[in-house]
Amino acid sequence: MKKQQASGYTTADGRKIGGPVMEMENITLRFGGVTAIQDISFDILEGEIRAIIGPNGAGKSSMLNVINGFYHPQDGRILYKGVERKPLKPYEIAHQGIARTFQNIALFKGMSTLDNIMTGRLTHMKSSMVSQALWWGAAEKEEVENREKVEKIIDFLEIQTIRKTPVGRLPYGLQKRVELGRALAAEPSLLLLDEPMAGMNVEEKEDMSRFILDVNDEFATTIALIEHDMGVVMDIADRVVVMDYGKKIGDGTPNEVRNNQAVIDAYLGVTHE
Amino acid sequence: MVTMVSSVKGNLDTIPKLVAQHINTKPDQPAYREKEFGIWQSWSWAEAGKEIENLSHGLLGLGIGVGEHVAIIGRNRPHLYWAMLAAQEIRAVPVPVYQDSVAEEIAYVLDHCEASFVFAENQEQVDKVLDVQESLPKLKGIIFLDPRGMRKYSKDGLFDYRAVQKNGENASAKIKKERHKRLTEQSAGDSCAMLYTSGTTGRPKGVVLSHNNVIKTSQASCDFDNLNSKDSVLAYLPMAWVGDFIFSIGQATWSGFCVCCPENTETMQHDLKEIGPSYFFAPPRYFEGLLTDVMIRMEDAGYFQNTLFKYFMGHAQKVGSLILDGKPVSTIDKLKYQLGRFFIYGPLLNTLGMTNIRVGYTAGEAIGPEIFNFYRSLGVNLKQLYGQTEASVFITQQPDGQVHADTVGVPSPGVELRIGENGEVFYRSPGVFVEYFKNTKSTNETKDSDGWVATGDAGFLEPESGHLRIIDRAKDVGKMKNGSLFAPKFVENKLKFYPNILEAVLFGAGKDKCVAFINIDLQAVGNWAERNNIAYSSYQELSGHPKVYGMIKEHINEVNNSLSKDKMLSGCQIARFLILHKELDADDGELTRTRKVRRRVIEDKFRELINALYDGKKEIFTKTEVAYEDGSKGSISATLKLEDAVIHDVNVSEGNAA
Repeated sequence: MKKQQASGYTTADGRKIGGPVMEMENITLRFGGVTAIQDISFDILEGEIRAIIGPNGAGKSSMLNVINGFYHPQDGRILYKGVERKPLKPYEIAHQGIARTFQNIALFKGMSTLDNIMTGRLTHMKSSMVSQALWWGAAEKEEVENREKVEKIIDFLEIQTIRKTPVGRLPYGLQKRVELGRALAAEPSLLLLDEPMAGMNVEEKEDMSRFILDVNDEFATTIALIEHDMGVVMDIADRVVVMDYGKKIGDGTPNEVRNNQAVIDAYLGVTHE
Repeated sequence: MVTMVSSVKGNLDTIPKLVAQHINTKPDQPAYREKEFGIWQSWSWAEAGKEIENLSHGLLGLGIGVGEHVAIIGRNRPHLYWAMLAAQEIRAVPVPVYQDSVAEEIAYVLDHCEASFVFAENQEQVDKVLDVQESLPKLKGIIFLDPRGMRKYSKDGLFDYRAVQKNGENASAKIKKERHKRLTEQSAGDSCAMLYTSGTTGRPKGVVLSHNNVIKTSQASCDFDNLNSKDSVLAYLPMAWVGDFIFSIGQATWSGFCVCCPENTETMQHDLKEIGPSYFFAPPRYFEGLLTDVMIRMEDAGYFQNTLFKYFMGHAQKVGSLILDGKPVSTIDKLKYQLGRFFIYGPLLNTLGMTNIRVGYTAGEAIGPEIFNFYRSLGVNLKQLYGQTEASVFITQQPDGQVHADTVGVPSPGVELRIGENGEVFYRSPGVFVEYFKNTKSTNETKDSDGWVATGDAGFLEPESGHLRIIDRAKDVGKMKNGSLFAPKFVENKLKFYPNILEAVLFGAGKDKCVAFINIDLQAVGNWAERNNIAYSSYQELSGHPKVYGMIKEHINEVNNSLSKDKMLSGCQIARFLILHKELDADDGELTRTRKVRRRVIEDKFRELINALYDGKKEIFTKTEVAYEDGSKGSISATLKLEDAVIHDVNVSEGNAA
């Protein structure tokens, strides 16, 4: 595959895209005898919205798990912020500055929206467990600071109405928004979204697209997302990687990808003339 | 008392002077609160004063001239109230615009008032103005409050609110001198604001109110209810509506009470509970909705709670209003009421956010007697007033202790009232508007040379009590074919008192019988459907359900029965009706932005349905165009059933006996 432009450019709407945050070089991931990802290389540039698309079973979610360090590939090299990544322990994964949302919502159903988003601040809290339990000294100050950050996110996502509502009672679209809020609360340098629009109606999709664009625009957050809805992807992504059966079959701007014959074949099947 | 206050504040004849006085006398007292980031933020008079001053300097820096109009579009936020006050400080005239207006409506107002600058709350409002900018040659710039999403916009003519304030903070001596000069030159006769009438008929008209209008009215109404700087109000009704202007700017700057703004439109009920204002206004529809909500929730409560609730509510119905009015009640009843307050009324009022309400008003439409009495029996001093934009709100209002569900009270202090020959109500007061902007013809039609203003409403003064009773819009009151009186709103209100009926429109002027369109209340009927296992997927499906028709028919028969006992209005009984397949909507032009029925529009739009009702058809297929929130158009079609109702013979004596 042709190597992508390695460093920054400016998008049509005037956003500055920087150098690579994440570089994947010849990644291969196997589960026993199954090869989930085969020899894939691509990069994610600072400040861009990078989409990974592909039919069911193409290996998208595995790819996302490789990006956030949950899986370590058998072959290939991953450079995160220019440093080659070694296999990580779970707490190291949490601390590296990559936040994500899940295909199946993974919130604490019995907790309020506010508390759920507060859990996203966990890696930023430094006071000891004793101090937190006693609500004394640094813990109080820390909670106030973190609550302020969380309230800004609640304001940003326009979910003030459900601040105190247990998330289990919320409709699906709102739960997705809360999950995005929790990921944002971690102030990630890279945000991974696993099918953020799955199961949403048109209006919810529009809302979510707007929030993704706003997050990228306002906080200059780099975003990598997996999505099934081609229309949405083509609208919001700067560059798109297309996967099929664990292989990369396309990479480029939405327009380039749309006109790529291999991509069309993978999605629509090959026509017989 | 009144004269004393007046003499002390004698030279305070403009809003900026009132603001300055509060800054001097109570700099640390809260003037504005707003819930943001989950906390109530507050600004003292001194802080608010600084914000306003900086903003007014900034506006001068943008070159806004004397008498220029500055439009404000957004929800109730302290910053937007400051925008109005800052505009007034430099003798510009604020023009608040309904924030849920679609782009064309905004275009009309901005074009008509020739606004030079627009304050827009956020990207959504900026987009609307940008959409129509080309048709507005006088528009020089847009000042936006919330910078979110605005980074990609070209900078020409777009100004950040805070940047304008920042410029104002570092204003040159020349600009400061200019502001001072304008403040000194300002007089009571200057325009204080221009407010557009909602326009039940035709295009909205720009009502010009002077500082004198606003201050005199605010003074009189504050004295009437003894409103003072210790009160607080929740500002949640549209800023473009005259009521909000008088409450949150006029009365607030006169008495110095605190204006609290909710976090956003949806959190209003929650914020109301947290703030617990002492002065509260809401349209009847709000009180209706809240009561429906309470009743639905109580049906879900357990047997014990429900029994307790019913028992004490029954007692409150019996003595609550009497206790509120200070009428004699037996000691046992008083004790029982206290008990009820402890178990039911107190907690309920707290949940509704009405614990501290000392003065509550409702107006705009008739309110159902049961609804009105429900709140009063709980101890909420809910009263009615009758007002208009052209009167700076107050025409009549109910004094404490003289409250009735079917009247709108006695003339407000300083207001003279007269009933015309055709039954139309006329008034004259210090609050009477200066003129309709650029519309001398309408001004002269509405206001005569002696200053009497025609309200357009028909009504009469009750001989015993001296209270005004409004029947209907004067021009809507008509005659039926046989010469009997046709008063559609009177009948519609009777229908709307049923929780299942959200809206009703009656037709019949010049005809031999009346027919009606009904809109069901989706919340109430939906809840009923849920309880009775009636499946439905949409408003349209539920509204066409035979059982729903049956229920509505029962309501109509009851209304007919009660009408048959009224000598004047027995001709208005409803012969046939249909339930509309869509909710009447302001976006489709069927309601005004204040949700009043636009009779003529509906009549034209649904002409074929009305004809079918008169032709005696059993059903009709219809297709209606609807506008969606984003401005796109679509259509919905349905086959509607047309039903007959029972008409009762006029029998006044039997009615009285029953």
